[in-house]
Amino acid sequence: MDIRWNIVVIIFGCAIVTLLPRVVPLVLLSRIHLPTWLIDWLKHIPVAVMSALLAQELLLHDGKFSLTHHFLDLIAAIPTFLVALYTRSLLGTVLVGILSMMVLRIFM
Amino acid sequence: MTESIYSIHRDGFIQGVKDCIPTLLGYLSIGFAAGVVEKTSGLSISEIVLMSLLLYAGSAQFIAAGMIAAQNPISAIIFTIFFVNLRHLLLSAALAPHFKHLSPWKNMAVGSLLTDETFGVAVNRIQQKRAISFLWMMGLNITAYLNWLLANTIGGIFGQMIPHPESLGLDYALTAMFIGLLVLQMEERAPDPIKIGVALSTAVFVIGISFLFSGYIRVIIATLLGTTLGVMIERWT
Repeated sequence: MDIRWNIVVIIFGCAIVTLLPRVVPLVLLSRIHLPTWLIDWLKHIPVAVMSALLAQELLLHDGKFSLTHHFLDLIAAIPTFLVALYTRSLLGTVLVGILSMMVLRIFM
Repeated sequence: MTESIYSIHRDGFIQGVKDCIPTLLGYLSIGFAAGVVEKTSGLSISEIVLMSLLLYAGSAQFIAAGMIAAQNPISAIIFTIFFVNLRHLLLSAALAPHFKHLSPWKNMAVGSLLTDETFGVAVNRIQQKRAISFLWMMGLNITAYLNWLLANTIGGIFGQMIPHPESLGLDYALTAMFIGLLVLQMEERAPDPIKIGVALSTAVFVIGISFLFSGYIRVIIATLLGTTLGVMIERWT
């Protein structure tokens, strides 16, 4: 069993902070009501998180804004975006992304 | 008596399993991709299994794997995952009124395996004015859970068989996944302009605050700013 202790700590830590928001409202039943502003705010989180992560992957290099360091990644993002928009298939998107990167690395 | 047996069949565990089936293929493919990314991020198969069993969250597992590969501090990883999974508050709160009659332990069992897709199936059933029982929910949740575990493990084994994943462009899977997840948040025909605004402004915030902060704290601060801006635009328009 090749399990490293630091990975176990990460997995357990992540599991606990994921479990809490999953169970707390259900266990406290209807005794708590989320205020409207919190619901509005929570529903924007998925879009914002994905966009932030993507910007970090594509537009930053060593914490600095750069369009050149991830040039191939940015080019590969174009067909990947298009496939996501038109097929709405997550697997298709990932496959086209990987394939685009592979082709770009061969020719550039 | 016959009526209760009938209702057990209609609302029971097996029906929950059956109602999960339409989502299986989609999450099998996401789980497979997650397994490949986790493996190429340097996790062992045992660690992938542990992660799928305990964390059990699609995008969070991708992000955790990416952050582990980039050797981020443990506290930063846990904090980011907390933030990414905070939206489960919404799902759990929405289901709470329907499980009011259950004991706290049963509610905990329902909540601990709650995901976007099982929530979607449950809400669909509620909208059809059909009752959701504890056993039905468990059938649904456990089927999705086992499917996820299986998919991650197969993905991990597949990732292990490839000697140089970067030569195949497999390191790009994480970025492609974020692109896919972002696009799928948008409505198909007429995307909500506020969502597009939140996405674009958050990306600008990441770049803007990259001069002030380093690492994943940028992602969290930019997300806070982007979501708050979204709420403000919604209020004022």
